[in-house]
Amino acid sequence: MLEVRNATVAFEGASAPAVDHVDLDLPAGDVLAVLGPSGSGKSTLLRAVAGLEPLATGSVKYDGRDLARVPTHRRGFALMFQDGQLFPHHSVAGNVGYALRLRHAPSAVVARRVGELLALVGLPGFGDRSITGLSGGERQRVALARALAVEPRLLLLDEPLSALDRGMRERLAHDLRDILVAAGTTALLVTHDQEEAFAVADRMALMRAGRVVQAGTVEEVWRAPADAEAARFLGYATVLVGPAASLLLAAGGGRGRSGGPADGRDAVALRRSALRVAAGGPLRGRVLASRPTPGAARLTVVVDGVGEVHAVAEPGTVPPAVGEEVHLVVDLTRTAPLREDGADGRTS
Amino acid sequence: MSRPRERRTNRPTRWWSGAGLAAMAALPVLVLGVFFVLPVAGMVGRGFFSSGSLDVGGVLEVLGRPRVHRVVWFTVWSSTAATALTVGLGLPVTYVLHRLRFPGRRLLRGFVLMPFVMPTVVVGVAFRTLLTPTGLLGGLHLDGTPVAIIAAMVFFNLAVVVRTVGALWEGVDRRREEAAAALGASPVQVLRTVTLPALLPGIVAAAGIVFLFCATSFGIVLTLGGLRYSTVETEIYLLTTQFLDLRAASALSVLQLVVVALLLYVAQRTGSGDPQVLDRTAERESSRRPRRGDASAVLVTAVVLLFLAAPLGTLVLRSLHRGGGWTLANYRALTTRGEGGALLVPVSQALDNSWRVAVDATLLAMVLGILVAAVVSARPGGRLGRRALAVLDGVFMLPLGVSAVTLGFGFLITLDRPPLDLRSSAYLVPIAQALVALPLVVRTLAPVLRSVDPRQRQAAASLGASPVRVALTVDLPALWRPLLAATGFAFAVSLGEFGATSFLARPERPTLPVEIYQLVSRPGEQNVGMALAASVVLGVLTAGVMVLVERLRTPPVGRW
Repeated sequence: MLEVRNATVAFEGASAPAVDHVDLDLPAGDVLAVLGPSGSGKSTLLRAVAGLEPLATGSVKYDGRDLARVPTHRRGFALMFQDGQLFPHHSVAGNVGYALRLRHAPSAVVARRVGELLALVGLPGFGDRSITGLSGGERQRVALARALAVEPRLLLLDEPLSALDRGMRERLAHDLRDILVAAGTTALLVTHDQEEAFAVADRMALMRAGRVVQAGTVEEVWRAPADAEAARFLGYATVLVGPAASLLLAAGGGRGRSGGPADGRDAVALRRSALRVAAGGPLRGRVLASRPTPGAARLTVVVDGVGEVHAVAEPGTVPPAVGEEVHLVVDLTRTAPLREDGADGRTS
Repeated sequence: MSRPRERRTNRPTRWWSGAGLAAMAALPVLVLGVFFVLPVAGMVGRGFFSSGSLDVGGVLEVLGRPRVHRVVWFTVWSSTAATALTVGLGLPVTYVLHRLRFPGRRLLRGFVLMPFVMPTVVVGVAFRTLLTPTGLLGGLHLDGTPVAIIAAMVFFNLAVVVRTVGALWEGVDRRREEAAAALGASPVQVLRTVTLPALLPGIVAAAGIVFLFCATSFGIVLTLGGLRYSTVETEIYLLTTQFLDLRAASALSVLQLVVVALLLYVAQRTGSGDPQVLDRTAERESSRRPRRGDASAVLVTAVVLLFLAAPLGTLVLRSLHRGGGWTLANYRALTTRGEGGALLVPVSQALDNSWRVAVDATLLAMVLGILVAAVVSARPGGRLGRRALAVLDGVFMLPLGVSAVTLGFGFLITLDRPPLDLRSSAYLVPIAQALVALPLVVRTLAPVLRSVDPRQRQAAASLGASPVRVALTVDLPALWRPLLAATGFAFAVSLGEFGATSFLARPERPTLPVEIYQLVSRPGEQNVGMALAASVVLGVLTAGVMVLVERLRTPPVGRW
C-alpha cells in the first residue's frame, strides 16, 4: 500500500508550498481520488508520488519501503496524463507495448499482451492504427492500456478524463472503473471533477491550497463534507449556516449538530432537490426564478427566515410562476450536515 | 495542445490571396531572376558552350581531372566529418542550453550563436592564430591540416544545430518523457525511445544545412587550407582568379549547383512536416535545474564553450601584441595602407565601405524577405497553389547553397553589357549580399508567420477588424521581434560576406573582409597584426549586432 506522510513540495519563488504537509493512505487494490480545484496542488502531489518532484519534507512509502532514493523509472508505477502523452512516432500497438519492449519481452509475448490490453480497453484490432487518427476518447483508452501493460504496482492518473467531452467522459469513467477493478489495480487519480471521482474511486481526499482538508471513503466524504467550501466543491447547491440552517433542519424534523434539537448553531449543505414544492409544506417562500428542465422544474425561492435557496417542483405538476407564494417540504436524505462552519457564513 | 492542429482549416484566411499573392511575389521573382538565375545561368552556359556551340565533352573532361577528383573527395569527406562532429557535439550543448535552467544561460546561448555570424575570414584568421607554430595550440602541429579546416567548420556551424534543434527540444513536452520514465524507461532509454525520435526532423534538417554550409564554405578553407587543401568552392575561385580556366570553373559550378539543389530538395521533403501552430498563451517552462545525471552533458558543453572561446580569445590577445610587447599599434595602423603598401585604401576606409554596403544590402534583403515570407507562408486552397508555393519556397532557398563564388563570378560575366551593365555600379555588391542574406531572412520570418494560428486572424476579423487591422494587431505583434532579428542577421551576414564580394568589390572600394584576406596573404608582421586587429573590429561589430538581436528574445521558432 501507498503511504504518504507529511509530504511538502515547494517551488522556488512561490509564496506558499504547492503541497503542504499532506498525509495519504491508499490500500492495495483501492482507487483513491484526490479532488481539488485547479491550483490546489493535487497534480504536484501526484508528481511527487511518481518521483517527478522532490519532497521538501516527509516521505512516500510503498509496501513499507521509502522511495526517496528510487528514481521514477524504478518505482514500478505508471503515469497517465490528461492528454495521454502518446508517442506520436509509434502506432497504437507500439505505444501499448512500449513498456514491455523496454523489458525486452519476446515479440510474441508483446503482441499477445497488446491484443489483450486493447480488448480490455475496448479497442480490439486498433493495433496498427496511427495515433494521429484517434479520437480523444480512443487516445485515452490507448494511454490506459499502455499504463496497464506492465501491471504497475500503482497507477497514477492525472485528470485522465478531463479533456473529453461530457458523453465520452461519462462512458469512459465507468469503463475505467470496471477495468481497474477487473485488473485489481491500485490507482491514485487526481481530478477537479467530482463526478469523475464518484464514478471511478473507492476513496476520496479533498485538497485545497496544498492541504488535504478531508479524506475517507467516497460515501463518508459525500455524506458529511468538512465545510461549506468542500460541500460546494462536491456539488451541493446551497450551504446554510447558523439560524437559517437550524430552521431548515427543524422543518425537516432533523436534529441539530449537538444531537438535540436544532439550536441555531448548525451548518447544512443542500442538494438542489432537498427542497420541494408541496402544498402544506412547513416552509413558505416566494419564487424568484423558475426554469423548466427535463426532470423537475428548477426554482430559486426566497424562504422566510432562511433566505434565497434552490428548490424543485415535482415533475408533472405545473411549475409555479415567478412571484408566486409556495410552500416547501425538506427532504433530509438530500442534505448533508457539515462538520465545521464555513467561515463565510451563509452562502449559496 | 495538439488539438488545434486538427481543427485548423486550410482555407486561405489571409487578405492577400490569389492575385494578391502573385503581385507580392512579382518583385522578388524579378530580382531573383535578374540577379540570381541570370548570373548562375551565364556561369553554367560558359561551361557548356564554347565558341557558340554546345560542348558537353569539355565539361566531362574537367570532371575527369585527377585534381578535380581530389577536390571533390576532400569536399565530401571534410564536410561529412565536420557535420557529424557538429551534430555530435551540438546535441549535448543544445540539451544543456535549452533544457536546463541555470544562471547565465541566456548569455551562453548568445555566445554559442556568435560564431555563426562571425565573418568566415575572421574565423579563418582566428584559427590560424591559434594553431600557428607560435600560437596557443601550436604544439599540436595542426596548422595547415584538414583538422584545422574541420575544426573551424564545427566552430562555425554549432550554432545551427543548437538553434534549430533547441527550438524543437524546448517544444518537446516534458510530460511525454515523464510518462515514459513512469513506465520504467531509464534516462538513456527515454532519450533513445522518446526524445531523439521527437527531435529527429530537426536533427536531420540541421545536419543537412550544416553539410551544405561546410561543403560551400569559402573563407575558412581559403584562409586555412591555402592551395594545398581545396574544396569545390575555393577551387572555383582559384580556377577563375589564378588560372583563368573559366570552363573548368563553370563545370565545377554546375556540379555544385546540381548537388546543392538535390540536397535542398531532400531537406525540403524531410523537413517540411506540418507547420507548427504555436499556442503562445500556453507556453510551459520545459527546462529544469541540472541534476547529477546531467554531468556528462554539462562537461561536453564546457569543453565546447572553451573550444568556441579559444580562437576568439587568442585573436583578441594577439591583436594587442607586436614585437614581443603589448601595444595598440596594430589598431593604430588601421588608418594606414599597411606594410609596403599592401592595401589600396586604409582599413578604416574599408570599414566605412562595409558599413554603407551592409545598410543597402540589409534594406534590400528585408524588403524582398518580407515579401517572400508572406507569400510562402500563405495557405492556398488549391493543390496547384500549394505546389507553386512549395517550389517558390525552395527556389528562394537556393542562394543559401549556391556557391557565393559562382554568384559573384556570374555577376561579372553576365551583367557586363547593356542594358545591364553594372560592372562599375556601386549596387552590385549590396545586391549580391542581399541575395546571400535572403534565405536567412525568409527562414526567420516564414515560420513565425506560419505559426500564427489562423483562428486568431478569424477571431480578429469576426470582431470587426479590417484586413489591415488584422495584420497590424495579430501578425505584427508576433512578427516585430523576428523582423528586427532578421534585420540583424542580414546586417551581420552582409558585413561578413566574402565569397561574392571578393569578386565584385572594386579594388578602390574594398569591404573589410576583402582587406583582411589581402592582409593575411601578404608578408610582414605589421600586415598580420593589422589583419588581426581588423578581424577583431569586424568581429566586435558583428557580435554587437548579434547581441542586440539576442536581446530581443526572438521566440524559439526560427528555422534556418
